[in-house]
Amino acid sequence: MIPVSLILIPLITGIIAFFLKEAKLVRSFVLLSSLITLLFALAAAFFSSAPGPALDVEWLPSLGSRFSLMMDGMGKMLCLLTAVSFPAIFIAIQKNEYKNSSSFYGLMLLSQAGLMGVFLAADALLFYFFWELALIPVYFLCSIWGGEKRIAVTFKFFVYTFLGSLLMLAGLLYLYFHTADHSFSLNSFYHISLSGKQEAFIFWLFFIAFAIKMPIFPFHTWQPDAYEQSPTATTMVMSGIMVKMGIFAVIRWLIPVFPHASIQFAHLIILLAITGMIYASLIAFRQDDIKRLVAYSSIAHIGLICAAIFTQSTMGLQGAMIQMFNHGINVIGLWILVDTIEQKMGTRKLSELGGLAQKAPVMAILFVVMALANIALPLTNAFVGEFLMFNGLFSYHVLFTAFAGISIILAAVYTLQMVQKVLYGNTSAFTEKAVDITANVKWVLIVFVIIILVLGVYPQPMLDLTIDTVKSITTKS
Amino acid sequence: MNTLVFLVPIFPLLGFLINGLGRKSLSKTAISLIGSGSILASFLVSIVLFFDVKANGGSVTQLFEFIKTEGFHIPFAFQVDQLSSLFLLIITGIGFLIHLYSSAYMHEEEPQHFGRYFAYLNLFVFSMLLLVMGANYVIMFIGWEGVGLCSYLLIGFWFKNNDYNYAARKAFVMNRIGDLGFLLAVFWILAKLGTASYAEVFAGAGKLTAFDITAITSLLFIGAMGKSAQIPLYTWLPDAMAGPTPVSALIHAATMVTAGIYMIARSNILYTMAPATQSLIAIVGLATAIFAATIALKQNDIKKVLAYSTVSQLGYMFLGLGVGAYTGAVFHVMTHAFFKALLFLGAGSVIHAMHHEQDIRKMGGLKKYMPVTQLTFLLACLAIAGIPPFSGFFSKDEILTAAFEKNPLYYYIGVAGALMTAFYMFRLYTLTFLGKFRGTAEAAHHLHESPWQMTVPLIVLAVLSVVGGWIGIPEVFAENAHSLEHFLSPIFAESAKLAEHHSLSHSQEYLMMGGTTAAIILVILFTINKHKNYIPPVSETSGLSKLLENKWYIDELYDTVIAKPVQAFAGLLKNVVEKTGIDGLVNGVGKLVGYGSRQLRLLQSGQVGNYILIMVMAMVVFFLIWFNDGYLVHIFKKII
Amino acid sequence: MPIQNYIYLCLTLFSIGIIGVLTRRNAIIIFMCIELMLNAVNLLLVAFSKMHHAYVLKSYPDTTVGTEGQLFVFFIMVVAAAEVSVGLAIIVMMFRNTHSVDINFLNRLKN
Repeated sequence: MIPVSLILIPLITGIIAFFLKEAKLVRSFVLLSSLITLLFALAAAFFSSAPGPALDVEWLPSLGSRFSLMMDGMGKMLCLLTAVSFPAIFIAIQKNEYKNSSSFYGLMLLSQAGLMGVFLAADALLFYFFWELALIPVYFLCSIWGGEKRIAVTFKFFVYTFLGSLLMLAGLLYLYFHTADHSFSLNSFYHISLSGKQEAFIFWLFFIAFAIKMPIFPFHTWQPDAYEQSPTATTMVMSGIMVKMGIFAVIRWLIPVFPHASIQFAHLIILLAITGMIYASLIAFRQDDIKRLVAYSSIAHIGLICAAIFTQSTMGLQGAMIQMFNHGINVIGLWILVDTIEQKMGTRKLSELGGLAQKAPVMAILFVVMALANIALPLTNAFVGEFLMFNGLFSYHVLFTAFAGISIILAAVYTLQMVQKVLYGNTSAFTEKAVDITANVKWVLIVFVIIILVLGVYPQPMLDLTIDTVKSITTKS
Repeated sequence: MNTLVFLVPIFPLLGFLINGLGRKSLSKTAISLIGSGSILASFLVSIVLFFDVKANGGSVTQLFEFIKTEGFHIPFAFQVDQLSSLFLLIITGIGFLIHLYSSAYMHEEEPQHFGRYFAYLNLFVFSMLLLVMGANYVIMFIGWEGVGLCSYLLIGFWFKNNDYNYAARKAFVMNRIGDLGFLLAVFWILAKLGTASYAEVFAGAGKLTAFDITAITSLLFIGAMGKSAQIPLYTWLPDAMAGPTPVSALIHAATMVTAGIYMIARSNILYTMAPATQSLIAIVGLATAIFAATIALKQNDIKKVLAYSTVSQLGYMFLGLGVGAYTGAVFHVMTHAFFKALLFLGAGSVIHAMHHEQDIRKMGGLKKYMPVTQLTFLLACLAIAGIPPFSGFFSKDEILTAAFEKNPLYYYIGVAGALMTAFYMFRLYTLTFLGKFRGTAEAAHHLHESPWQMTVPLIVLAVLSVVGGWIGIPEVFAENAHSLEHFLSPIFAESAKLAEHHSLSHSQEYLMMGGTTAAIILVILFTINKHKNYIPPVSETSGLSKLLENKWYIDELYDTVIAKPVQAFAGLLKNVVEKTGIDGLVNGVGKLVGYGSRQLRLLQSGQVGNYILIMVMAMVVFFLIWFNDGYLVHIFKKII
Repeated sequence: MPIQNYIYLCLTLFSIGIIGVLTRRNAIIIFMCIELMLNAVNLLLVAFSKMHHAYVLKSYPDTTVGTEGQLFVFFIMVVAAAEVSVGLAIIVMMFRNTHSVDINFLNRLKN
């Protein structure tokens, strides 16, 4: 019952939100809806019984596709991330004005429903359906409420992701015709038998689709543009949760379905991911726009997660799992701060900021904590994840680890440069009249900081939550 | 006892939280009371623990499982044994004195910044305690990065000044380079042994191949290079002097920078099993000792002299570790903590009196205004120069003797460094306290001795600098008088078994000590005499002294060889590879489609005749294919 | 008469029609060429139908199998007549508008 409600609540309330006229009412309504979803997600994550098919009913019998949902540890964790993120985003953007806000919030909730569906689906066609359901509202959000270059950028984003979706659909259909019982169910996909050549070919179809979503170098160029031009609330959804769709899909739909190909090509993919880490870190170092900086930093972090997954070691996978959650929290926290800065100072350029530590001490502290979590300082949540991931990578290949390790140093360089240019030094014309952050943003971030520290000191709950998924993969391959 | 262990770090943590959260509402007195009091409480617990360890030996206390997953777990555990209890005393003891000192030194700050300062300082002590108390490499790494963070925050404490911020960032990044080495070593250990706990790692060290041990120890040493400011990662430490002076005393002299020595002393068994790494450590340590000493000869900033002196002394400690004199290195850590903290605090007292003037060329004759500071500073100088019976003599002598046993060349170079130490310390002392005051009359008017919160720590540290060496009296003077060695012997027992031991004859030791001491005294007298009537030179210096004043241009070298190329490369990636390369490719595909469609559109000419022509031609082609398919396919294949 | 002769004749007529359509710009001549092609096809249909019918008659006397082709020809002629009337009407309208029957003036859809 709970898994379905995780999808249905945002879906139904999202549709209702379109018809509410008054902006204030919509805001409270969507907040309430997302909080209820959060309660359900918490219940699912920590109080529900063993995994297994959570729901399985007829959907499209003629195609052999069923509406079946499944909730394992990873799914629970990502649903929880989605459910935590949305209320936080809604609270943080309370004070922002959006024209036609009922559509804005309605689309946001629809996107949430799609995300939940992606993390729960146990049927390939259903998975594809939700995948698109999550993406389409985002196109609208970007193209209607985005920045100046929104049309061009959304188009790029659209073409990129649709190319990916198309490849995935082709792959799905191919696999469908090769299943023993002509069905789309996850289980049939897991038991599919393909020749080596077929497997390799379809593997790449899927991988490119997911690599675009994550994104992995060199399929990433839509991302900084999209993050920069989207309204920040959408950017939070995209970078906090949506990139996890790609990673999730690799773990759920790629590695177990193509066990041989994913070992065969692991070397290449890890190398690609690591190159991307260094590459994105270096570019982040030269960015003047905070949004682009955070975007490239995010690419670097995702690269590490991808590399760790393909090591297929317990530690690497375990680290990748919890890092999905941690990265979501950290990056959304950073985006909230970036949004605040943009709204208050009217600029996102590092060269035009400075001295905010004097003007906005509370924000400065929160900013520093988020920045430290971004560079995975011990006792922040990201450290545990990165430690485990690097460990997994190390057991895979020593030199790869050393090479990837350079990004640890580079992360410190660009993050601290950002901190310095935003917070320290003297005030500029833009920051002269700055005031501290508003209460709603403050409390959201304080909650995030608490999550960061608690999971940094005691990550065990998250590790226990996801261990079943990890085991299912390491034992399969 | 186990119940007490976790109290040690918890007090500073509470102090950090209270001061950090309440910095706006608490008064300065309350803040300093909480800040200093929490460290004092830790100190008292540490004393209890110390005596407990002395009586019953070390123990490990586990708080909870930090990371636990399939076949791999890292407990959050504390290990209190001889080595860590000694460090606990140093950290909390000196930490308390410096907190007390800070309450007067930082009094001009606004209350909230005052609170911030004490919060950072408490957080630093907390991290440092985690570093030395951790029972495995991961907990040590947590403290390791934590102290780096606090160092970053405190160097950039006056965040309005961008130079200070750059210095802070530089410190953090350089430390991170070392941290990467440390982290890789931890991974290596985990991959080979499946555990990071000291006891299990050291027990299983025999199973490792020689290559593994050499790699692990070298990588750990890279970590130590960063944290303990050794060549080539030392340049952050002199810049770190941007922070408030008590911070320099605590972090950049007494405690944090010795973390590398602690780590290597802790892993002494691994190092003893890796002679190649040991030689590397000895050479790097010695080179650093000499190199930094040459730079210190010509510095004019009171804190810069002390900073390079710290780098140099750390080099001696690494020399000690490299030649297997682990006790000597730890001993030198302790005595160095006393006298270097004292020197920094003395310098702070001078800077306080001079209203943040740090140039020793503008000082002089401060002896008559600041008698306590002058006397304690002099004692510290004697200690660091290595005059018996001050503390520095014993510890440095132990290291140098061990170096002689390993390789006499190490010894001679080390002694040359010691002579330079004497020279620059007494140059500093003479220029600051002797002669005539060279500052403005206005400045002279304000000169005053510092308040009791500052002088009491000076006096306590001065006493320790004098007598601190007496716990390590070498065998040559009295049998079994080296109580430190006796106390630490369980830690280094395994290494001692492995290492070959040859000792010098007593007469030779006397000769070496006497010769060195006489030379040092001569240098001191020469230096005082030379600088007594110092007049700042008018003209620019040239030649070697210019090279030394500019620190051998190492910063500039790093800038041109590393920083600039990386920046340029990053710019290249951003502007060329990303924009015209990958994005160009992606947009190129789009443009190609657009271009193709524009060309195809031309077929749609509107001339009916053309349409029909195309239609007919298509039909002809179809007919040909239809009636000749086998043949056409054959031709088609041939073409391809 | 052997069927080949019919085929050659039809082919020739059809080709003349095609070449006329392709090369001439006068709408009326094009129209006539289209008619020529249609009639070439009609002729072929009749020829084949006749041949087929003759062949079937050998085995099944009094059968009408094979005469459908001739029926089709009537259809085609009817449709062609309708087409001619519509087509000529269009050409007349075109002539009224452009004072010409040159089809290259008919490219208004292009822009």
